[in-house]
Amino acid sequence: MVIGVLALQGAFIEHQKSLAACGVESIQVRKPEQLDGIQGLIIPGGESTTMGKLMHRFDLFEPIRELGRRGVPIFGTCAGLIMLAKEIAGSDQPRLSLMDIEVERNAFGRQVESFETDLMVPDLGEEPLRAVFIRAPYIKSTGNNVRVMATFDDKIVLARQDNYLVAAFHPELTDDIRLHRYFLNMIK
Amino acid sequence: MILEGNNVAEKGTWTVKKGLAEMLKGGVIMDVTTPEQAKIAEEAGACAVMALERVPADIRAAGGVARMADPNVILRIMDAVTIPVMAKARIGHFVEAQILEALGVDYIDESEVLTPADEVFHINKHEFKVPFVCGARNLGEALRRIGEGAAMIRTKGEPGTGNVVEAVRHMRQVMSEIRMVQHMPKDELMTAAKEMGAPYDLVVQVHELGRLPVVNFAAGGIATPADAALMMQLGCDGIFVGSGIFKSKDPVARAKAIVAATTHFNDPKILAEISKDLGEAMPGIEIATIAAEHRMQERGW
Repeated sequence: MVIGVLALQGAFIEHQKSLAACGVESIQVRKPEQLDGIQGLIIPGGESTTMGKLMHRFDLFEPIRELGRRGVPIFGTCAGLIMLAKEIAGSDQPRLSLMDIEVERNAFGRQVESFETDLMVPDLGEEPLRAVFIRAPYIKSTGNNVRVMATFDDKIVLARQDNYLVAAFHPELTDDIRLHRYFLNMIK
Repeated sequence: MILEGNNVAEKGTWTVKKGLAEMLKGGVIMDVTTPEQAKIAEEAGACAVMALERVPADIRAAGGVARMADPNVILRIMDAVTIPVMAKARIGHFVEAQILEALGVDYIDESEVLTPADEVFHINKHEFKVPFVCGARNLGEALRRIGEGAAMIRTKGEPGTGNVVEAVRHMRQVMSEIRMVQHMPKDELMTAAKEMGAPYDLVVQVHELGRLPVVNFAAGGIATPADAALMMQLGCDGIFVGSGIFKSKDPVARAKAIVAATTHFNDPKILAEISKDLGEAMPGIEIATIAAEHRMQERGW
């Protein structure tokens, strides 16, 4: 199994380290042809506006949408969550529009408000998940077919819809690989 | 089903401070002096902007004492863009840093581009919730800054010159010292720490990680897409461009090209494509023509 990690900008190496800890091979994706032959794709944290510009300039939007429509699992963290959303509150920035969610960017405030906390994620067992939120977004509303997997302060921060998984926080910044394992289990 | 955890949000932790720098990796941070420039930078794909009153080339030309920017300039830039906004405080000027934290900037650069306020001590950066980035020319200096609480490092280079030679020197120096420490037997690390003037525990971390324990950007003299890709191939995590964008003939085209070059730093065909038709770069300065007392890289201890 090979997982692609979108490597235009952001914390893509950290995701590759988490995948390696799961015993899974990964490649960096910067060009459309690098999407061929991957069984799953991770869109990492970073700046969503930067990623959007580069995805547009290097023709990655349509090939990634196609990947999603074919049912290939895609995992978006933070900026990756924003990229997968259909609606971004108050913004017309380019996005993949694959998931029925509306997101609020920088929703917890600026960097001094960034935080870490313990999240209860029933899908991952009883042990809480240490979650790092960096200028994080959250999900304001979801379509009927979206399953909420965790909330913080009544805000949705982890959700799944079919082959799409999104987290408002950064599982790649901690040693806990349960969420990456969960994503890998989505691959048939 | 109970979904809530213990609900305690811990702010300003080391993980959170370092974490924002991790998110900036592979990106370009651009100096801007107005909200209009900030928007151009964001539109070009900058992953953050540095809010300043003057870019380093103008600070160099103006002479005199360079200080923290007017809070109004910074606030207007923060209002103009959704990407992170950084701002500079003078070396050792912890009150400028307190003011910048109160304004809500996302990162503080304790910077040699401004005139130092303290000739012996840097800011105790552990005291702050907002993260800091600091300049370094070698491993010892980088580790001293990290020891004081910097959550991100950049090369100093020679700011405002459009000449990449000093950034290259500093990046090569840091990388070669990291390789040396990495391959040392453990019993030599204390003496290495003593000789570099670096905290021992951080030297041990470098030995184990084979890299700095925080994100390491390049800065000081980067003016072209090829310069950015050069620094990335030398092993840095991302790029600061100061005067290089808005002192060039066509800032929009150049900004976009430097962003693309930082992503595709290892792909000469793409680099050739994006380097075309950018207009003139900023005027450069030969380092040897700058008197020692005007070299910004000498500032910091």
